[in-house]
Amino acid sequence: MRHIISVLMENEAGALSRVAGLFSARGYNIESLTVAPTEDATLSRMTIVTTGSEEVIEQIVKQLNKLIDVVKVLDLSDGHHIERELMLVKVRAGGKDREEMKRMADIFRGRIIDVTDKTYTIELTGTGSKLDAFLEAIDAAVILETVRTGASGIGRGERVLKI
Amino acid sequence: MELTGAEIVVRCLAEEGVEYVFGYPGGAVLNIYDEIFKQDKFKHVLVRHEQGAVHAADGYARATGRVGVALVTSGPGVTNAVTGIATAYMDSIPLVVITGQVPTAAIGLDAFQEVDTVGITRPCVKHNFLVKDVNELAVTIKKAFHIAATGRPGPVVVDIPKDVTHHTAEFAYPASVTMRSYNPVLKGHSGQIKKALQMILGAHRPLLYTGGGVVLGDAAEPLRELARLLNFPVTSTLMGLGGYPGTDRQFLGMPGMHGTYEANLSMQHCDVLLAIGARFDDRVIGDPAHFAREQRKIIHIDVDPSSISKRVKVDVPIVGDVKAVLEEMLRQIKAGRERPDQEALTAWWTQIELWRAKDCLRYNRQSPIIKPQYVVEKLWEVTGGEAYVTSDVGQHQMWAAQYYRFNEPRRWINSGGLGTMGVGLPYAMGVQLAHPDAQVACITGEGSIQMNIQELSTCKEFNLPLKIILLNNRYLGMVRQWQEFFYKERYAESYMGSLPDFVKLAEAYGHVGMTIERPEDVERSLREAFAMKDRLVFMNFITDQEENVFPMVPGGKGITEMILAEEL
Ligand SMILES: Cc1ncc(C[n+]2csc(CCOP(=O)(O)OP(=O)(O)O)c2C)c(N)n1
Repeated sequence: MRHIISVLMENEAGALSRVAGLFSARGYNIESLTVAPTEDATLSRMTIVTTGSEEVIEQIVKQLNKLIDVVKVLDLSDGHHIERELMLVKVRAGGKDREEMKRMADIFRGRIIDVTDKTYTIELTGTGSKLDAFLEAIDAAVILETVRTGASGIGRGERVLKI
Repeated sequence: MELTGAEIVVRCLAEEGVEYVFGYPGGAVLNIYDEIFKQDKFKHVLVRHEQGAVHAADGYARATGRVGVALVTSGPGVTNAVTGIATAYMDSIPLVVITGQVPTAAIGLDAFQEVDTVGITRPCVKHNFLVKDVNELAVTIKKAFHIAATGRPGPVVVDIPKDVTHHTAEFAYPASVTMRSYNPVLKGHSGQIKKALQMILGAHRPLLYTGGGVVLGDAAEPLRELARLLNFPVTSTLMGLGGYPGTDRQFLGMPGMHGTYEANLSMQHCDVLLAIGARFDDRVIGDPAHFAREQRKIIHIDVDPSSISKRVKVDVPIVGDVKAVLEEMLRQIKAGRERPDQEALTAWWTQIELWRAKDCLRYNRQSPIIKPQYVVEKLWEVTGGEAYVTSDVGQHQMWAAQYYRFNEPRRWINSGGLGTMGVGLPYAMGVQLAHPDAQVACITGEGSIQMNIQELSTCKEFNLPLKIILLNNRYLGMVRQWQEFFYKERYAESYMGSLPDFVKLAEAYGHVGMTIERPEDVERSLREAFAMKDRLVFMNFITDQEENVFPMVPGGKGITEMILAEEL
């Protein structure tokens, strides 16, 4: 099962390596991992997407909690949540492809953020599967480059991860 | 007043009430050593290898329950210390290891004697710090002691670049520290405790399965009281030995790979298993699928939530300090009137006694060659069962665990989790320094003792009157045993030719050496050795070369699938 886990941790040097090290040492999967400071600069928030059986996920949450720098852990998949990922795609957009590319970007609510006479760079946000769908919808041959942030997640409604 | 970083380190250690620092100097820690030279609050024990320093600090910690302290230089000092740190980590031993580091400006430039200490030690510490600002030094050391000693204990590394040791800062040692990210749960959940008690009082075939957590958590007293109040059988893991008296009728011995017949059968066939500070290690429960074949309810008390339901699914988890939880259980049992079904319990004990009657630790006491088990039994007699016994890793470790019946916690000191050969002698040094008047024996093998033999020199310098009990079988015995059973007696590299003359070796280091070759000399020599109260005596017992450790559960088998001595 896929789980999306949020971690609040002290914004200390080496904090990321503790999490990455934990996952590799214990053989847990990481599908994606994003991290950045929060509005409180002493804290970082990390979102980890992982897969594993219920037992493995339980261990992952416990092991994360055990890290001394970790303040709080929340398995977002335990409740309603929203997740978003940002993707930047550079595509060939010359000649007859140009109009079509613009149209596809619009359909997926993407924005063209950089333009040359031969290329577009499109910014897209959404769930991972929406980003996948976009890549499938366009001609693979025109894709020059993609970069994705990995998912960030947040609980729905009143569900808040805060200290 | 402004102090230098080096002065701050020394002042912090004094504030923590540290008695001994085990260490080895080098460039990156010279400022700290200079301050050590000037003070008299604690003693520094100069070992002969940094691995020995960490093991000795670890042995000190195990024997006292206090935080052990080691100090090493950067680079090779650190890499030499890593085995010691990992050993302590696997057995949850509280240590603070202070490591020198190259100056902050040189970090990352492949400076002389630079290693990424925080990176290298990260997977084998409870936590580690790199202190880049002298203003953070005191509070970091305070945190290190706090983290090492609380919750599930463990080693903490504080890496200090050399420039930080001569920078200055205002010194104030914090009386306490709180960390929003670190708050171990100590009090067990009352609802869970209630649920557990219902199970315990309703049990027909109960078993108390106790581990190192009982020793580390100082819970031997409430454990004894609980076991006696309920008349429940008790088994203690390798790390838990001494948590419950080894000579008590309710004690079944150790479970697991070299556990007793009665302990393993009870583990398998109990209907309620109360695990107390034990972690269902693979060496204890064998094949988990086989273990799961029998239905039983499992209650698990542990201060570390990640130990619970890791290898075995638990019915009632109780996260908390084992001592606090056991005391709460006792209080509630005593307050209520309910007691376990006596008839069922009697039937269970009858069954256990039948298993016990197998006498699975029997061995040939008439042997004309010295049996290693016999030496351990005699050691027990000669020391009145009250010695502190350290061991190395191998067959001798198992015989020590099986035949020296520890009646008190913190008397049995060995590397259970990592299984580190070479711990025995430095452990014994730490123990003897902690308890100068106690009898301290190091049971070892000729393979293991040679891994840190250099520490005999430290023993001389500090006049440590240890008794080294070398069970010399001229083999890496535990390896040979596996080769005998599972590799058709192909003894690949498990025989060591050219052993040193241990008597001369001991003498060369300034100690007393003895070689004992006949069973009838065992007891007399032991008495003679222990009578030399101010000398280290190295006792080289020439033992039966091909003796095996029984019972034995082969790797991957269920815990009841034991090979017993008589079956061969
Ligand atoms: C540092 C280290 N290296 C290798 C091993 C693997 N090992 C486990 S027991 C053993 C043999 C120990 O021999 P010895 O110390 O002579 O004790 P004996 O088994 O003969 O009693 C070995 C090599 C280990 N546990 N630790």
